Amino acid sequence: MLNHYAFVGLFGVVAILFPVAALVVGALAGPRRPTPAKRARYECGLVSQGESWVQLRVQYYIYALLFLVFDVETVFLYPWAAAYGQLGLFALVEAVIFLGILVVGLAYAWTHGDLQWR
Amino acid sequence: MPSLNNLFGFLQDWISGKLSGFLPPWGVTLAMMVITIVALLLFLVVTVMYLTYLERKVLARIADRLGPNRAGPLGIAQPVADVLKLIVKEVIVPARADVPVYFLAPVVMVAPALLPYAVLPFGPRMVPADISVAVLFVPAVTSITTLALLMAGWGSGNKFSLLGGLRAVAQKVSYSIPLLLAFLAVVLVSGSLSLVRIVEAQASYPFLLAQPLGFIIALICCVAEVNRSPFDIPEAESELVAGYHTEYSGVGFAMFFLAEYIGMFTVSAMLAILYLGGWHGPLLPPYIWFLIKVYLILCVMFWLRGTFPRVRVDQLMNLSWKVLLPLSMVNVAVVALVDKLGLRLGFLPGLVAGLVVMAVAAAVLRTRRRARAAAAARPAWQVREA
Repeated sequence: MLNHYAFVGLFGVVAILFPVAALVVGALAGPRRPTPAKRARYECGLVSQGESWVQLRVQYYIYALLFLVFDVETVFLYPWAAAYGQLGLFALVEAVIFLGILVVGLAYAWTHGDLQWR
Repeated sequence: MPSLNNLFGFLQDWISGKLSGFLPPWGVTLAMMVITIVALLLFLVVTVMYLTYLERKVLARIADRLGPNRAGPLGIAQPVADVLKLIVKEVIVPARADVPVYFLAPVVMVAPALLPYAVLPFGPRMVPADISVAVLFVPAVTSITTLALLMAGWGSGNKFSLLGGLRAVAQKVSYSIPLLLAFLAVVLVSGSLSLVRIVEAQASYPFLLAQPLGFIIALICCVAEVNRSPFDIPEAESELVAGYHTEYSGVGFAMFFLAEYIGMFTVSAMLAILYLGGWHGPLLPPYIWFLIKVYLILCVMFWLRGTFPRVRVDQLMNLSWKVLLPLSMVNVAVVALVDKLGLRLGFLPGLVAGLVVMAVAAAVLRTRRRARAAAAARPAWQVREA
């Protein structure tokens, strides 16, 4: 079992080295003749207007918050699911109550208009 | 026939037997690990090269064209030419780039995309590492690529890249929740988080039959997770130039491309393992069956790309939060209930329950769409302010 995790770790190291090596090879193999026109921002040939780091809509932040809540709750359900075969009927009731609380949260966000893309 | 069924097991035994002649036991273990990793990487690179070829051929057929046919017979050498071209291209660093972030992004993109292959089971003795939490490991690791998309968008110093990166983040986080809930139902009936156990639990019938709703939710989410058409909002050419990889050229671009296709293969493999019974199948060797199922799902993805127009960004978010998320919760509850009822009818109760839920959901969605269409058709002075 420990061997398996060691393998995953070793694979992780190789997985990081692989793109690094590819980037290095690419940098060595390709030419390097930068000109101002080449280095300009590419916007389909039009001259770029304004700043590149623009203001963003707050909507993204709300989705991130919602995601955090629901993702953590979903991960909490995994141990329950893995042990479900050994649990009694009460486990089903409990999980439905848990899901019900999640549904209330979703309904709140929905009626509050947080799921509306503006 | 048994030797063909277990080709890789025999190969493994043969190599480790040869190595144990002159290496200590830990050396043999380490050498086997390195050989496995190199074999996996080679398999992945060649697979991605020919996936691009297959996709171009399939899309060409759908559009009544020929596709690549110049390099070699039937254009078979096209991927090789593409790779060579990408390697020798100039790496152009945009003037406004945040250079460390710009170069870190491809690495953060590719490394997590490769990692699932440490645990994906290709056959009974073709499991690189059978870890006990693999069902969670794969989505957890692949979701790191979300960070890479944002890094690429930010680091490029291009407003369209940044917008593409943000859209990618919003999309990937939104679709990962219904996806995890759909996988949860599979874990629930198989009683294990190990992918090998889950495949073994499908010896009599694939979970597709017992959880048709879960499969459809998972399929939609998987297509969205890898930013494939019709959910390719983050790289919508008509709005965002090319999205987060606009400013990447040469190998940097190749890395994003590689990660995208590896991601496609990964989600198809996950669907094949969790819903189509993994390596189970008659006559042919198990790994062949597994690859057949993976390529079947990949071809469905190509088909989707060839057929559907791109969805709008608000439609995209609505589909995830207002349709798939509630449905996936219902799916978990229904699967749990059917499992507790303990009917000894195989997949039939699950199939019926799933179809009923789908029919109800379709009816609800249809009435909502009718109501909205009717409201839109009314003259403006009749529409009450909500």
